[in-house]
Amino acid sequence: MRYMLLFHHREATEESVGAEAMAEGMRAMASYAATLEQAGILVSGQVLRPSADSTTLTLVDGEPRIQDGPFADTKEQLGGVVVIDVPDLDAALDWARQAPPLSWGSVEIRPGGMHIEDGKWVPSW
Amino acid sequence: MGPVLVNPGERAAQVAERAARESYGRLVALLAAPAGDLELAEDTLAQAFERALTTWPRDGVPDNPEGWLLAVARNRQRDLWKSAAHRRSRSLEAAVDAGADLGAGVVATLDDLDPDRIPDRRLALLFVCAHPAIAADVRTPLMLQVVLGFDAAAIARAFAVPAAAMSQRLVRAKRRIRDARVPFAVPGRQAMPERLPWVLEAVYGCYALSFQDRGEGDSLAGEARHLAVTTARLLGDEPEAWSLAALLTLTSARAAAPGGPYLPLQDQDPGTWDRGLIAEGEAYLRRAGRPGRAPGRFQLEAAIQAVHCDRARAGATDWDALCTLYTALVAIAPSLGGRVAHAAVIGRARSPGAGLELLEALPVERERFQPYHAARGDLLARLGRREEAAAAYTRAAALTTDPAARAFLGRRAEEAGGP
Repeated sequence: MRYMLLFHHREATEESVGAEAMAEGMRAMASYAATLEQAGILVSGQVLRPSADSTTLTLVDGEPRIQDGPFADTKEQLGGVVVIDVPDLDAALDWARQAPPLSWGSVEIRPGGMHIEDGKWVPSW
Repeated sequence: MGPVLVNPGERAAQVAERAARESYGRLVALLAAPAGDLELAEDTLAQAFERALTTWPRDGVPDNPEGWLLAVARNRQRDLWKSAAHRRSRSLEAAVDAGADLGAGVVATLDDLDPDRIPDRRLALLFVCAHPAIAADVRTPLMLQVVLGFDAAAIARAFAVPAAAMSQRLVRAKRRIRDARVPFAVPGRQAMPERLPWVLEAVYGCYALSFQDRGEGDSLAGEARHLAVTTARLLGDEPEAWSLAALLTLTSARAAAPGGPYLPLQDQDPGTWDRGLIAEGEAYLRRAGRPGRAPGRFQLEAAIQAVHCDRARAGATDWDALCTLYTALVAIAPSLGGRVAHAAVIGRARSPGAGLELLEALPVERERFQPYHAARGDLLARLGRREEAAAAYTRAAALTTDPAARAFLGRRAEEAGGP
């Protein structure tokens, strides 16, 4: 069963938290990635650029409208995701507990529905 | 025991009813575990019961009614898993289409079950119902339904919510269990201390409901006590689980006969208490004892009940013991109810003024809490502050739904305010 761990937290920059905290966070993320890889459960991972760099496209009266900024302008933003393949929710919770972004915000555990394999949607459970 | 053909209709109905009560949770646990699908387990089990009621009166009750029900429900489940109609509507469709072996695996797991030796997986089911990923307010209703077999309408009445709302909450929780794949497993030693309190809390919730007399009271209290004892037995060596079993058993020992007048604990005649249940509760409490280890919340609560019950033997209440136990209880579990009882005991054992002081220190939620006003009325009356006592009793009576308790508090108000 695939679960996506979504990291929601306040966006940090080197100016806001300091270079040292930033470097430490990156080290924690590196070691988390290595642990997931070693356990053989890592499907993919993606850390995102700040939401200020985001562009959002919406249809307004059938016409695409391009807006600068994220879909929802909230204090906490989606900062990254990791997809893991584990047997059940308890296993996913255990990995979520170890995720470094938990110290900066929340980790949402969302069961996967479908994913693409060889160009075809296949169930994730 | 062979098939019984004497008055088969009535007997079959009785056996089916007994099997329903005693085995419901066991059968649901077995049927739901493979795919985590409680709805499907309950549906197929209901169909099996329905079939029992038509075939048992005709062909006789089978030697192993539970095994029969399990086999019928299991076959029904397998048919559904294999049928295209079911696969279209359920998540298994995708798994089967993708060549994943989930569907076949599920069938194999169920086939491995020997109907003559039905394992007890209820413990795993209890941990599913009280999983931290399930909303706290639906855990007790879920247990009442899938472990004890109460229907949604009865549960809704006990919680005083509309039946449709309760049904919806239960269905949502069950789908969540299936779709997020909450595991049907007993947590390991490491996770146990974190997970067990939720289970015990929800079992306790089943019992607490029976105090709010809404018609389900008697059956709920009995079933909840039985569930607590079963939980303790299945866990084997968990002090708080045995303590909860002791607490509910000792409380049940003092339960008044339905319809009788309300009597506060101190006015009850210990001769009317159930000595068998007292002995049983004390035995459970002994199993919870761990020398050198700090007692848990339920252990303290059970010990408090044991002190009260001991009046049947000693003839008097050991107020000092109660003071010690309540002081320890409010230190680790400072609930409003516990703190009010603590104040009442201090008021009795030390002085009414000391008890009153503790009551005055309670947070503002106390105003809507019936026991606070009842305890305050008692302490004020002891201090000779009669008008205030009458007002407190009147307020307590107004907050009471049970007619017998309301009548009692009303009389107290009159006595305090009268000449």
